[in-house]
Amino acid sequence: MAPALLTTGVAQPGWASSSLSFRAFSCWMTVYRRIWRSSIWSSVLGPLFYLGAMGLGLGTLVNRHGTASLGGVSYLAFVAPAILATSVMNTAMGEASYPVFGSVKWNKIYIAAQASPLGPGDIFRGHLLFMTMRIAMNAALVTLYMWAFGATRSAWVLLAWPAATLTGLAFAAPIAAWAVMVKADTTFAYLFRFGMMPLMLFSGTFFPLSQLPSWLRPLAYATPLWHGVDLCRMLSLGDIDLPRALIHVAYLAVLSALGIWAGARTYRRRLYV
Amino acid sequence: MSHPPGSVNRVSDSEVLVRARGLAKRFGDFTAVDGIDFDLYRGEAFGFLGPNGAGKSSTMRMIGCVSPPSGGEMTILGRDPVRDGSAIRARLGVVPQEDTLDVELTVRENLLVYGRYFGLPRRVIRERTDALLDFVQLSDRAGDKVDPLSGGLKRRLTIARSLINEPEILILDEPTTGLDPQARHVVWDRLFRLKQRGVTLILTTHYMDEAEQLCDRLVVMDHGTFAAEGSPRELITRYCSREVLELRFGPDRHELAADKLRDFPAERAEVLADRILLYVTDGDDALAAVRSTGLEPLTSLVRRGTLEDVFLRLTGRRLED
Repeated sequence: MAPALLTTGVAQPGWASSSLSFRAFSCWMTVYRRIWRSSIWSSVLGPLFYLGAMGLGLGTLVNRHGTASLGGVSYLAFVAPAILATSVMNTAMGEASYPVFGSVKWNKIYIAAQASPLGPGDIFRGHLLFMTMRIAMNAALVTLYMWAFGATRSAWVLLAWPAATLTGLAFAAPIAAWAVMVKADTTFAYLFRFGMMPLMLFSGTFFPLSQLPSWLRPLAYATPLWHGVDLCRMLSLGDIDLPRALIHVAYLAVLSALGIWAGARTYRRRLYV
Repeated sequence: MSHPPGSVNRVSDSEVLVRARGLAKRFGDFTAVDGIDFDLYRGEAFGFLGPNGAGKSSTMRMIGCVSPPSGGEMTILGRDPVRDGSAIRARLGVVPQEDTLDVELTVRENLLVYGRYFGLPRRVIRERTDALLDFVQLSDRAGDKVDPLSGGLKRRLTIARSLINEPEILILDEPTTGLDPQARHVVWDRLFRLKQRGVTLILTTHYMDEAEQLCDRLVVMDHGTFAAEGSPRELITRYCSREVLELRFGPDRHELAADKLRDFPAERAEVLADRILLYVTDGDDALAAVRSTGLEPLTSLVRRGTLEDVFLRLTGRRLED
């Protein structure tokens, strides 16, 4: 064992921190290359079925009764961007819950990484980067489906891809920051039952918020999914209200930033004890 | 802690790699490590011997820079573990108590992922992986998934992985706990070879034979403090008689025999649940003397004093309790 070689293991100062996060990301990519097949069903076929069933199936029924309350577009065009936003939310929740918890408790990926030069913050940012990549892949795929289904009305839909990715990050970062502290995996059932389900149903996804009782609407406006749905919808339909769009982006960006800030702290609290 | 005369002279002129003074670790009201002092020298194998909950793992985590000390001072490789943790960890190898291998990946991929953590180029990782798998005799399993490997093979893989960055210090937390005897001997053999190559070993164990096999120097740890320090041989000489006479009388006569033997002219008598240990200079003479008092044991055994006896003497408890 020649100690002279050890210098190869030491991070170069300056770019050290971002480089360390990329090392953690590289680990997740190796794992992903091995397990991506098992995620095909949920990420590739799931949104396809949703678009088919909701947009075309249910859509035929809805369109027959007039679509004035949808802004005069077909139900498919109305619901497709919402399915995009919902789909990235589901991907974000899936990637930021059990895999984070498991990296502490089950396969201990974090624990192994911690014995290397990576610190808790690097481990968090590297994993979040991987989640963001999965979210961006999912968003690109669903955007492509929307185009193939003829559900888009504007070239602005190209921006729905980064918009959806930002929506996903706004979920993934805070959820990962929380999930690393979770003590038992059964807790995540609450996230999906009382978080994902109501958000999916009442965020202006399958019907416009104007159909909700007026006292419930402010609640919907406060949820991150509504901001994502409305943003993606504006871009997909090409009916863009700039101030409102900027508010959506700001809301989602602030939520992401809060999650990234909190994650560096919770990961440290959990791993560096 | 001042070194007992003669114990560390062999290494005292070499470089101190880890230095701790008053090192403490507290979790809320619970004190896991209660102000310990030690110096670890380059090239030695240093053992922390003690029962579960003695504070061994907490100490290992602090040396591994994954747990901040609650008190005292520590330098590792001349640096501050809190401020320079990342740079220090780059020069350490860690074999944790529980395997942290990725069981969905292959043997080779586990080393690749780990090597990437240390920022090593893929080519370097590939070369080292070949050498390391050869070293732990896993070359023929390189392409296999980790999941079906036996406990002993997983341990060897964990050791290979911990060496990917060619560490100066290898930290092993109970390296052979849960392995069958044969697998343990293979691990000991590999660790011994590493030591011969100049790698500094720091290990925890609650197996006295492991400590005797591997450690140049060890501390007996109990309730977060050191009860004794020295080489295995010295500890036995200092805290144990030359021979130990083990007597079994069976459940019916155990109490009675224990009462009688407490006053027996031995250095010391220790009454365990199933046996009575007499610490004596000559075991055969002592056995004859016991028999002459009219006590006839069911079985008797004369053996050398071991670290187990040292531990019993120092803490009043058995190691593996």
